[in-house]
Amino acid sequence: MNYLPINFQQKKEMLEAVGVKNIEELFVDVPEKARLKGLLPLGDGAGEMELVSKITALAKKNTPATELVSFAGAGCYDHYIPAFIDHLLLRPEFFTAYTPYQPEVSQGTLQAVYEYQTGICQLTGLDRANASMYDGATAMVEAAFMAVRLAHKRDKVVVAGSLHPEYLETLKTYTHADTVKPIFVDPVNGVTPTDDILAAIDDTVAAVIVGYPNFYGAYEPLEEIADAIHAHKGLLIVVANPFMLGLVEAPANLGADIVVGEAQSLGNPMSFGGPGLGYFACTSACTRQMPGRIVGKTTDVDGHTGYVLTLSTREQHIRREKATSNICSNHALNALAAGMYLAGVGPTGLKEFALSAVSKARYLHDALVATGKFEPLNEHVYGYEFALVYKGAAQILYDDLFEHGYISGVVLDEHVLLFAVTEKRTREEMDAFVNEVKAHE
Amino acid sequence: MNNLTETGVYRGPRETIYETSSKGLTCIVPPALDVPAIDIADTFGSIARKSAPILPEVTEVQIMRHYSHLASMNFGIDSGMYPLGSCTMKYNPRINEDMARLSGFAGLHPYQPQSSVQGALQLMYELQKDFGTISGFPAVTLQPAAGAHGEYTALSVFRAAHTAKGNPRKKVIIPDTAHGTNPASVAMCGYEVVSIQSTESGMVDIEKLKAALDEDTAAFMLTNPNTVGMFDSQILEITQAVHAVGAYAYCDGANLNAILGITRPGDVGFDALHINTHKTFSTPHGGGGPGAGPVCVSAELASFLPGPIVEKEGESYRLVTPSNSLGRVRSFMGNFGVLVRAYTYIKALGGQGIRDTGEQAVLSANYMRVKLADVFDIAYDRICMHEFVISGSRQGHDYGVHTLDMAKRLLDYGFHPPTIYFPQLVDEAMMIEPTETESKESLDSFIEAMHKIAAEAKNDPDLVKGSPYFTPIRRLDEAEAARRPNVAWTGSID
Repeated sequence: MNYLPINFQQKKEMLEAVGVKNIEELFVDVPEKARLKGLLPLGDGAGEMELVSKITALAKKNTPATELVSFAGAGCYDHYIPAFIDHLLLRPEFFTAYTPYQPEVSQGTLQAVYEYQTGICQLTGLDRANASMYDGATAMVEAAFMAVRLAHKRDKVVVAGSLHPEYLETLKTYTHADTVKPIFVDPVNGVTPTDDILAAIDDTVAAVIVGYPNFYGAYEPLEEIADAIHAHKGLLIVVANPFMLGLVEAPANLGADIVVGEAQSLGNPMSFGGPGLGYFACTSACTRQMPGRIVGKTTDVDGHTGYVLTLSTREQHIRREKATSNICSNHALNALAAGMYLAGVGPTGLKEFALSAVSKARYLHDALVATGKFEPLNEHVYGYEFALVYKGAAQILYDDLFEHGYISGVVLDEHVLLFAVTEKRTREEMDAFVNEVKAHE
Repeated sequence: MNNLTETGVYRGPRETIYETSSKGLTCIVPPALDVPAIDIADTFGSIARKSAPILPEVTEVQIMRHYSHLASMNFGIDSGMYPLGSCTMKYNPRINEDMARLSGFAGLHPYQPQSSVQGALQLMYELQKDFGTISGFPAVTLQPAAGAHGEYTALSVFRAAHTAKGNPRKKVIIPDTAHGTNPASVAMCGYEVVSIQSTESGMVDIEKLKAALDEDTAAFMLTNPNTVGMFDSQILEITQAVHAVGAYAYCDGANLNAILGITRPGDVGFDALHINTHKTFSTPHGGGGPGAGPVCVSAELASFLPGPIVEKEGESYRLVTPSNSLGRVRSFMGNFGVLVRAYTYIKALGGQGIRDTGEQAVLSANYMRVKLADVFDIAYDRICMHEFVISGSRQGHDYGVHTLDMAKRLLDYGFHPPTIYFPQLVDEAMMIEPTETESKESLDSFIEAMHKIAAEAKNDPDLVKGSPYFTPIRRLDEAEAARRPNVAWTGSID
């Protein structure tokens, strides 16, 4: 099938109006030998009923984590998503709208993004947030590039090796052209030694990038690093999970100049890892170097409050090769969901949800360690995610328990497992899981 | 005048959700804890949050009304025609949404065992194949998150391939008609941008291209069909010239819509292409995204693609990283949810539907072009592809009514305006792309509105210059927004 609303008679009238005999005449500019003969081998089109049965069958071949007892996290989390979010996201005026270049008919998107930006500023403690990035990894890369632009002649960025490995890989890809030179500091037992970070800082370093928490769930000391990099007139970039920011201190209050990360945890489904939601916040001093779209408040000719895309002189459509970034499409609809999530939970709910997740994580952590089969990877403070060293073969335990309906976190190496416990897990599930672990030989 | 519709529903400015908040209200709370609560101060010590973030404090009904009101101030493709040249705002079939929301897709964790995601991997594998079939390239990565991200990815593939040959080279050549993302992507990839002037008819000036090409050229980037709506008929000669100096030819696939099932970038000598799935394969733009920007490449470049990509082994599918992979360009597998929508759409269309789509997109654009030619200057008044450029310079010169004014006036007639002031090489440009999903009735009513506006520009120019009048809000002070940035609400909630 197709979705074309023009019938044979109308098509004939249109061809006549254009002054051609047939449709082929419209493709005069395509060289004869480049034209396809016949149809592409894409099969027959399907009607909606066929699509549903064919694609549902594919979906059924998967066993979604949401239908298992899952402790998988590692940058993508199974949090509860309030029912109202999807009802609102599916309002066609939101989800079928284009980038709001015509503000008079885009106030819905613009105001919603402004409110999302407000939420991100509140969580991070910074004054400026943009309308979104693709994901946490690309947001981190853009932050590194921004720090180098702001630092003028410095091109080094010290990077904590305890950050998400895929974020590190993405940064490596983006720095292959040598415009930014990353210095990776190796982690020890899931924590990047602060002393090693401090030792790497000097007057040639534009910024330090640290996780909050890091990939292994641990909270590393930010303030000491902030003081050191600030003493050398560089910036501190913090990669934070925003779900925890109602419970732990705003990174800006610990010295962060730029805070970025993945906000899938705020009201967005896991969806096999994408689309996610990169968020980006910085101090007002960095505003004009910030990548991506920004919504600002202003007034119309009648004096009414309204919103527009602003500071666009930084952007690719104006500055071309001198733009702060090439980003054009962002993840506005995911940002809208995050804004709605923050409105739904409010300051109390956000704190309570995080408290619930951390309490449950503590419960599972202690119960697993009590089996005698696990040891903590380190003694650092953790949130709702933590790494444990298993005394046997981690992959065998993982595969065995998967057969029983559990996702035992993420296997990091031969012995290390990374567990995330969101507010969705129950004591009953965790007790049953621990019993399965005990029973595993 | 602007705030009340005929039904009396208020659609004007609304205070932020923060301002509608009242201390202590909440919508969603977690269930009672079934494990001992941690002691926050004890657990987090100095990093325990000292003062709570200011977030909305509202109940569910307030949220529903707030966002419903905001939605009523928005225009989407379901609200009306959106003839945005180069942005391709076509109708998005609802079945795509339902399929992406199946728990078997939306509920997947990226690191769960590959044996438990075989359906998702099969979908990705088949989509890679279908994109290969449509584009004429043997290898595809689905990882890039957007068109510009695809540009960056493809340029990085070129860099990796040149580096493997011993020299990454220095510059990338771009015609002056290129989208702004092209030069920005080139710069991010560490290359120097060399811009070349197009011919009078908006095509690549082969002589200028040949003069710019040398052993330092890494690639030539071309949008084809280009941004004035023309397919470059010298394409075979162009790609040949690019290859002659050992450079790669890149096709910006923003306008793939027009050539679906007609011709393939891989068959005319390009080495790589990105696909804007949100344009060509009907994912809603969502007010700016998410989209996806898969990259298709020639056999020579396949091993350099970012991983992971999906391979089939016997009856099972697995994620692999190509042997010379340049690394990943983001986390996880890509914008999987967007890929499900594209997959659903391609399966709906099949080979015949794909070709019909390309043909109708081109016919609709040409129909509109001839119907507007009597009142507007058509920049290149000849057979076009899926879009064409008109100029408002006649109205600007004769009556002082500019393209921006006419665009705003279109809002009063219930249409989203076309892309304006792009491409820059056409004075007072309006780039119109009706897409294939508009009925003849909607094409005709847009044409009629444009004629009325042309008449208004002549007879009552101030009317057009003062527009819009019937939108939820009127012209906004953009200069003020940039001069004193206010990007977040600051206040307190009582």
